[in-house]
Amino acid sequence: MKPAKTPRRLRNWPVHVLLIGLCLVWLVPAFGLLVTSFRPFQAVNDSGWWTVLSAPKGQAEYEQNCAACHGPDGRQIAAADLTNPELVQNFRRSFTLIAALKKDINDQPHMGTTPVPNEQAAADIATYLRRLSGIDAPPRFTVSNYVDALVGYRGERTYEADCAAAEQALDLNCDASDLGNPRGMGRAFLNSILVTLPATILPILFAAFAAYAFAWLHFPMRTWIFALLVGLQVVPLQMTLIPISRLYAQLGLNGTFPGIWLFHMGFGLPYAIYLMRNFLGSLPRDLFESAYIDGADHWTAFWRLAVPLAIPAVASLAIFQFLWVWNDLLVALVFLGGQNPVMTYQISNMVTSLGGGWHLLTAAAFLSMALPMIIFFALQRFFVRGMLAGSVKG
Amino acid sequence: MAAEAQVPTIMKQGRVTPWLYVLPALFVMSIFIVYPALNTFYLSLRNIDNTDWASAACVAGEPCWGVLENYRYALTSPIMQTAFINNLTWILLMVSGTVLLGLLVAVLADRVRYESLAKAIIFLPMAISFVGAGIIWKFMYDYGSGQVQIGFLNALVKLLGGQPVSWLTTPQINNIALIVVGVWMWTGFCMTILSASIKSVPTEILEAARVDGATEWQAFQGITIPIIWPTMTVVITTMVINVLKIFDIVYVMTGGNYGTEVIANRMYSEMYKSFQTGRAAAIAVVLILVIVPAMFYNIRRFREQEATR
Repeated sequence: MKPAKTPRRLRNWPVHVLLIGLCLVWLVPAFGLLVTSFRPFQAVNDSGWWTVLSAPKGQAEYEQNCAACHGPDGRQIAAADLTNPELVQNFRRSFTLIAALKKDINDQPHMGTTPVPNEQAAADIATYLRRLSGIDAPPRFTVSNYVDALVGYRGERTYEADCAAAEQALDLNCDASDLGNPRGMGRAFLNSILVTLPATILPILFAAFAAYAFAWLHFPMRTWIFALLVGLQVVPLQMTLIPISRLYAQLGLNGTFPGIWLFHMGFGLPYAIYLMRNFLGSLPRDLFESAYIDGADHWTAFWRLAVPLAIPAVASLAIFQFLWVWNDLLVALVFLGGQNPVMTYQISNMVTSLGGGWHLLTAAAFLSMALPMIIFFALQRFFVRGMLAGSVKG
Repeated sequence: MAAEAQVPTIMKQGRVTPWLYVLPALFVMSIFIVYPALNTFYLSLRNIDNTDWASAACVAGEPCWGVLENYRYALTSPIMQTAFINNLTWILLMVSGTVLLGLLVAVLADRVRYESLAKAIIFLPMAISFVGAGIIWKFMYDYGSGQVQIGFLNALVKLLGGQPVSWLTTPQINNIALIVVGVWMWTGFCMTILSASIKSVPTEILEAARVDGATEWQAFQGITIPIIWPTMTVVITTMVINVLKIFDIVYVMTGGNYGTEVIANRMYSEMYKSFQTGRAAAIAVVLILVIVPAMFYNIRRFREQEATR
């Protein structure tokens, strides 16, 4: 049948190339975010994240223009020790450095026969000199972005540096209480948890009761009500936002946790009931019959029989609802807003108010993704199963 | 829903018991879905702050649809026209992109030993938020006006000798750029469902075809595709519905500016930025009218599938 004796693995090489290529394309964007979130802010805007392992900025220019006399470590000329901060302090900017390089030293041109570097190169050399002298020597990797994001730091340097110099902003105290700063991701993380846990548990509990009745109890119009419920799944979120926010405005529920719990619950119910009803309905009928013969009432049958058996369905549902609420922006934007900012809200706000603060944005984004990723990797099995069962959800 | 016959007759119950189980859920759903949906219909016929009918906003001598005035805005205003065209572009490109790539990965991964790893990588973006994905890709698309490009794509363009592009502000290009983010996020969804379907194709049939001299491509086209086709249609309609409701990506990355407006984002802007309740409600109604056919088709296909299983 198979003509060639080439090993299967080799014959498949186009498959491997294509698949691994696709996986790399999928990984690169997220990997770039991860790397950037660990780079010091000085480096993030100066060079792409893929250069993180290359030589520090300005080193090449320094070696080309200066190392021959000053030595690779800058100490060769004792009278002009480039590791001395007080000396380097005089050449903070490219034009002061160029001016110095153009000046004669002992009636000889400073640079000898070598041409004076252009402005860009001079700026890079100045950066490198600051690194050599220890004035500004950022490490290759740092966790300060995460600290800054957690406490909601918005300054020009880092939270740590500001606190060390006692120059922190008015809303920061430089102690653990900063984690509660309303602008920070630490507070937002807590808010996200406070929103997500009840918004996951409540609908599943209510849905379990209803699903049990739809599966194993008689009541008038049961089929019709269930059909209507399946139909409710089509209603898009946008359809319900306006009346509910008007209602909440009257009840004073806008910006409160109960408001968003109730909304997520209402919206999660149709799908949850639908999935649980199908699961409970597929359990063997004898099981329930014998329970009733043994004298169990519905309350007992529900808690002792239906709920334990429905654990797989509950797990899938819980993961879905958890991720849905955790990752949601629209509902949080409308019903919580800035009063109790959740992580997605905080990040979307940072995008508009910070512009290019990539070191903070990347760290904040990664903080918000950490928990979903852990859940995803730990419970992938349930996740996939739930998705296969519910591919009609709108 | 054909479960009526299933319920054991032996289960005795009071007349009230079932309602105790069902009513809490029904109550919550009536308040949070049924009432708002009906109310939105009503509000879509009212004026800006629900003090009069929408026709009150009509100006003599200018076109007016009477009580449907808000729908005139929702259907004919330039910004909504842009949104419709963009949503259509989203549907065409994102649905075909996610389904084809998902199918490709499902088929390829089926033939290698590191299948679960490869699938986990493609699926991973599903677990994170649109906001997170928005940041990831905004960074990829970053456009520096100076010498240094810290955005990966522009660095690549520069490396290949091209001119850096401002991906998110250049009309047309920015829509494609946003759709790429959507494809990155949702391919894993299509892949997972299609992969399960592909694995249900009986291997004996495929083996028989190979013995008869069919190439891999012929076997795929002639056997696999017809068998997984019902699943494909469910995936496609589900994706169409998802794409119609797309909001977060646009909101985070461009805010609907530079010609990237979509229906859901317009609705949000009308409601919470311009405070045009009537118009926002009309847009929401338009959105559900577009979604309903896809949804009904989807439920029907799903039932047929269940019935033949």
